[in-house]
Amino acid sequence: MLATRDDVYAVLAGVMDPEVPVISVVDLGIVRDAAVDGTAVRVTVTPTYSGCPAMHEIETDIRSALVAAGASEVQVDMVFAPAWTTDWIGPEAREKLRAYGIAPPGRAEPQGLITLTRAKAPVPCPFCGSSDTRLQSEFGSTACKAIHVCNSCRQPFDEFKAF
Amino acid sequence: MSHDPGEPGGLAQAPRPNAEAAAAVAGTRTTRVENPLFEYVLRLGDDRLVLGHRLSEWCGHGPILEEDIALSNMALDLIGHASALLALAGETEGKGRDQDALAYFREAVEFRNALIVELPKGDFAFTIMRQFLFDAYSVLVLDALSRAANEKVAAVAAKCLKEDKYHLRHSSEWVVRLGDGTEESHARAQRALDELWRFTGELFDHDAIDEAVAAEGIVVDHAAIQSVWRGMVADVLGRATLKMPEDGAYNRGGRRGRHTEHLGHMLSVMQIVARSHPGASW
Repeated sequence: MLATRDDVYAVLAGVMDPEVPVISVVDLGIVRDAAVDGTAVRVTVTPTYSGCPAMHEIETDIRSALVAAGASEVQVDMVFAPAWTTDWIGPEAREKLRAYGIAPPGRAEPQGLITLTRAKAPVPCPFCGSSDTRLQSEFGSTACKAIHVCNSCRQPFDEFKAF
Repeated sequence: MSHDPGEPGGLAQAPRPNAEAAAAVAGTRTTRVENPLFEYVLRLGDDRLVLGHRLSEWCGHGPILEEDIALSNMALDLIGHASALLALAGETEGKGRDQDALAYFREAVEFRNALIVELPKGDFAFTIMRQFLFDAYSVLVLDALSRAANEKVAAVAAKCLKEDKYHLRHSSEWVVRLGDGTEESHARAQRALDELWRFTGELFDHDAIDEAVAAEGIVVDHAAIQSVWRGMVADVLGRATLKMPEDGAYNRGGRRGRHTEHLGHMLSVMQIVARSHPGASW
């Protein structure tokens, strides 16, 4: 029975990111709010990347999870502000990412304009922990990931980009 | 199609097959437009839709796998931006058109993108150089818009800006790599820059639409942005050992619906599925 905002969050904690199935939509920080009115539920969600093809899937998954939990009606509102940041991913979720083989994001860059060149600290390898790694490409298998290679264990790995 | 030159007045009297669409070309730069905010957001959305499509043409054709993935990722981001902006444009217009209706069921003359984004993708140097010139412009405009009093525009701009910063860094790094690379890559990068330069002026045009949206809480100082842009471009070109072209005559017209022939061809590819199967879903 869904009676409170917390109940809705508890259900959504079981809705996994389709691309990274070890962290939930709540872990990811994209669930911004929820409200219950009788058996109708309203969820406010913000997209990770604006072109992320998983967003439709996520919306569908949220609906079916809430309907399965007893909601008669589910409204999913999409908001753009404040813009999603990986700083909303908590320490536990970061550890889940690392254990899954994806280097968790570092701190997001400050708002505003950027310097075009940067000396970025190497991202530690999620497999062997070495810091002797190099960036292969800023763009990886999904919008949210970059590709790195570990010089120690020779393993290529994904990084959840700080964003 | 051929016209019989022997038939006097035949050409003048022939119905214009595209007369209705031709009426969608906006008037002169000082003409009053019915819904300037709609036009303004359409410009933002169309730039990103058209450029996103051009980038997507590299999918499966990138020079190396990582770059194929990068260009496709950037295409996806830009189409995502276009989707949000065109949805907002449709809402602003208030005639029931959503982002798909605006993307797939408008003619070339109804598009408001700048000409630079519709040019064919060319070689990799051309694609990268165009991307760099546009990205540098885009981050500056989005940064200004993210502080606009119009909350809806500001929210979408702030979102897009975060992603565009990645694009700019990527394209800048490639400009340096190509310009300061081999003789071949240097020559191609310089040629691309020389070809593209005359299309950059249009990005900073300030017209009646820009004036009118000030009342809607959108104030972007194009002259100030252009001067910052020149500084950014000069910095990267310097490191890339490339020569900034001299300013000359600029090509313009896209903002008012006067496009190169390339846009129509691109739209025929982009729109055919939606137009062949209107309302299809899967």
